[in-house]
Amino acid sequence: MSERHGFTRRQFNAALAASGTLAALSPFGIARAQATKLKVGVLLPRSGFQGFIGQSCQKGADLAPGVIKDLLGVDIELMNADTETNVDTARTRAERLIQEGAHVLVGPFDSGAASAIAQVAEQRGVPFVINIAAAPPITEQGYKFVFRNFPTAPDLVRNGLSLMGDLFRATNTAPRTAVFMHVNDTFGQAMFKGISATLPNLTNLPFKVVETISYDPAAKDLTVEVSKAKATNADFLMLVCRLNDSIILRREMIKQRWNPMGIISPGSPGMYEEQFAKVLGKHADYCISNAPWFNPKMNLTKVVDAAFRKQNPKEQFVFHGTNVAYTFESILIAADAFKRARTTDPKTLADAIRQTNITDRVGLGGPIKFNAKGQVEGNLSACAQNLNGRPTVVLPLSAAEAKPVFPMPSYKA
Amino acid sequence: MPSIDLIANVVIAGLLTGLVYGLMALGLSVIFGVVRVVNFAHGEMMTIAMYCAVVLFGAFKLDPFLAVLPVAAVFFGFGYAMQAGLINPFITRPEHSQFMLLVAVAIIMVNVLLMIFGPSALNVQVDYQLESYEFGPILFDKARVLAAGMALATSAGLFAFFKYTNTGKAIRACADNNLGAKVVGLNVKHLYALTFGLGSACVAVAGCMMILLVDVVPTLGPGYTLLAFVIVIIGGLGSMPGALFGGILIGVSEAMAGLFFAPSAKSMFGFALLILVLLFRPQGLLGRKP
Repeated sequence: MSERHGFTRRQFNAALAASGTLAALSPFGIARAQATKLKVGVLLPRSGFQGFIGQSCQKGADLAPGVIKDLLGVDIELMNADTETNVDTARTRAERLIQEGAHVLVGPFDSGAASAIAQVAEQRGVPFVINIAAAPPITEQGYKFVFRNFPTAPDLVRNGLSLMGDLFRATNTAPRTAVFMHVNDTFGQAMFKGISATLPNLTNLPFKVVETISYDPAAKDLTVEVSKAKATNADFLMLVCRLNDSIILRREMIKQRWNPMGIISPGSPGMYEEQFAKVLGKHADYCISNAPWFNPKMNLTKVVDAAFRKQNPKEQFVFHGTNVAYTFESILIAADAFKRARTTDPKTLADAIRQTNITDRVGLGGPIKFNAKGQVEGNLSACAQNLNGRPTVVLPLSAAEAKPVFPMPSYKA
Repeated sequence: MPSIDLIANVVIAGLLTGLVYGLMALGLSVIFGVVRVVNFAHGEMMTIAMYCAVVLFGAFKLDPFLAVLPVAAVFFGFGYAMQAGLINPFITRPEHSQFMLLVAVAIIMVNVLLMIFGPSALNVQVDYQLESYEFGPILFDKARVLAAGMALATSAGLFAFFKYTNTGKAIRACADNNLGAKVVGLNVKHLYALTFGLGSACVAVAGCMMILLVDVVPTLGPGYTLLAFVIVIIGGLGSMPGALFGGILIGVSEAMAGLFFAPSAKSMFGFALLILVLLFRPQGLLGRKP
């Protein structure tokens, strides 16, 4: 009898039965339990008026697979998508990433886009870890698959205003009036509400807001807005901005020769970004951002900083620190949950994310732990002032690299 | 109530910006007035001109004011070739064909710019960009003043060309009576191409000036195409003084709306003005009745 090669009839039947079982069980996620790689859909505004910040966040995503592989031994596959600074695009890109097999979504550096993606993630039952977005309603909807490791607007405001008080004490100044300018997008409106609700209750702050001016973050010209703000003769400008508008606004202030005591953001991006310093040069100096920051003393920060410098040898981590830190951490959270859950089953993965407790982190604040709403509490801000062309931590004193300069020198000086 | 100083500053800024808007819209109006084709790639052409100014500044440190000459010359040639090679065959076709052609051209332009320059904003940084002239409490933004001056000079040159040169008169003859122009032996297609070239050169000048005021991204075009339409419809489609007047009106009304209402509602007032004009004077404020 000759030796037979290949499948026997019994082997064929067994294989058929196994594949049938696999196919039958796969909708329940049972077959996915053997996954060895986590597919992370990264949604960021890499083009449009938030493009620079989106690209900055992308650097945090790009270095994540290597660092996480060394740290946790988890394989990550990034699936990148550009939201184009457009809420509708963010929604459709999220849908597409899920169709293409993303196990987790992260991103999108924008509250409007985060709200849209959260709806998609919840409907499709795919975990979504928000890197940067502050509008409170995102984690107030009772969503089961949406998690946020970033302060909400009221937290940002509370941290930002508290640091403002510290700044005035540290510089022995007491400005009496402020003009408040803010972008009118979802984030800006949330910050406006937070400041309106919080400021009147803070009796330790010496100033009053004399006028509030909202503007379009995609504005190409802010002449009128700055004229109105200048006309108030306020002691300083409190600014909730994005990147492009902050550049336009600063230029316009110089053109209109408006020299307030300072420009202080109570918790928005823009003025600590590299592009701000690059475009404005010396005029970028002395602007202050009380923003969520990275903790330079943590071990993980040093690891991420090294990976960043390796991938971006011509760039400085300090300009991208916040964007990189929070984007990296959002992927770290997903990877850590995947390692513990040992499955890509969305529900199990979401449950594992809920149990997260990461103590060695990059961002400034306590450990990464989600509350019942899927929100991390205890993320902190630092007072970063642009000095000599780079953002420099001036408060809290425990992390300060330099002394704050307030009032800022005038342009003519 | 805002102070007089504040109102004066805002009106002046609106006026100066409006003049640059007017120059941009002038190109659209000239082309429509003669060729009777609406250039739906107008804003995109201005965006290309802005990129040309950025490239020349980056490569040769050429000030955008000096970049006006080479960029306008290139755009004149480009406009001439585009009309002669692409648009002339569509002159006698239905309007929707012309519309689709120019929308397609606009989309191609945006995507080519995206491929070459990427999505990030670019600008030029010249010394005088952050300077202003001060007359008591009134400030004149230096870049805006120079850009508005250039807009006025270009417009004056264009008016003079159409009024005093034989070629200009021939182009006007084509606009007034196409058949008559052909009967007297004018080369209408050549004159159409010349007109498109002149309109394109106007856009080039506007683009070189605009880069002093606004950062450029590839997707800037459609917004400016729409703005140019609003301006020429308010001023009168085909009317050259109307385009300048419309630009000033939009610039000042947006500035005043920002001052007296909400700054974020500025563009709403431009469109409100457009609706009023369409309702009560459909031919535009300085346009002729058909």
